[in-house]
Amino acid sequence: MSLKGFHIVFIIFSTLLALGIGASCIWVDLVEGAPIYLAGAILSLAAAVVLVIYGVWFYRKMKRLRIIT
Amino acid sequence: MEIPYTVSTRPDTGLWNAKVGIWLFLASEVMLFGGLFSAYIFLRLDAPPGMWPHGLLNVPVGTMNTAILIMSSVTVVLAWAALKMRRYRAYWWYMLATILCGVIFLTVKLVYEWPQKFDHFGAYIKPEALGNYEQYLGNEHAAAKGLPPRLEITGHLHNRAALNDPNIKDYEVALDPVNADPINPAMDRPHFFYMPPTDKIAKIEKEDVQYATMFLPKHSAYFASYFTITGLHGMHVLGGVLVFIYMWLPVSKKLYQRNPEHLANRVEVAGLFWHFVDLIWIFVFPLFYLL
Repeated sequence: MSLKGFHIVFIIFSTLLALGIGASCIWVDLVEGAPIYLAGAILSLAAAVVLVIYGVWFYRKMKRLRIIT
Repeated sequence: MEIPYTVSTRPDTGLWNAKVGIWLFLASEVMLFGGLFSAYIFLRLDAPPGMWPHGLLNVPVGTMNTAILIMSSVTVVLAWAALKMRRYRAYWWYMLATILCGVIFLTVKLVYEWPQKFDHFGAYIKPEALGNYEQYLGNEHAAAKGLPPRLEITGHLHNRAALNDPNIKDYEVALDPVNADPINPAMDRPHFFYMPPTDKIAKIEKEDVQYATMFLPKHSAYFASYFTITGLHGMHVLGGVLVFIYMWLPVSKKLYQRNPEHLANRVEVAGLFWHFVDLIWIFVFPLFYLL
């Protein structure tokens, strides 16, 4: 696997981590009503969205530049 | 002597040599870290109720370090892409950013996170003396809620000499919030956000204590696993940073001017290692900080 491929795998795992943290923060907020966890959830889910957007941008850029190793 | 297949691919593997080498190395690393993660999981599953610490790590700081490592993966891959496009100046800046991310990660770990643990104290109370410290442990409240019992009192140790001086008969501890107000429902679960010790001081008699120590590897299987895995991970980060520094120095520009594809391949191999190290952290962070 090339660095390009491994990077995409890494971004997928990072996105899953951000989604997991976001989900757990939402769960704590729903159970206990702690607003700081809601803020954590929003930040985590926003990070997940940014990572997905970056991942798509990176894949397209690599494809456009024909960087294949 | 000319080393073959540094740029061109071998006819039998279809890969240049260093790429085969790095993947074989990473396979051995998977076994190393896999063994340590397995040990952690089995130790945790086998821990008696109340004996596995929770909420002792600083989650916001861990989150920041996670973001820094993710950022460094982005910059190293952009550095490699810049080399492929023969843009050395951009490569230089991206590589500098990667090095800085690695240095910040290590600094936070070694200057802030680990020392904060070394300065924290915990005392496991003997089972027969637990009732004497009910006001700090809140085990009646925990039992009523179906929670595991609290067996340890933690906080900042005021009389640190008590650890080694047998003439000092008790530990004076500025209690952590969980022991300062144990029946507060907010203390029923581990906290993701760091809560410093309170001003409430407890005196714990040494004869009531089963085991007392600072938060060092000997404190518990949890901290032994934590320091082993994060320490080994930190050494990998340090190794990666040193390689990147070499690739960032002017000596690499000479290689770039002679054979840019060779330098790009070196960066790709180092980048694969770096991604592996970062991926390990993606598993370390939730295992130790969140779950």
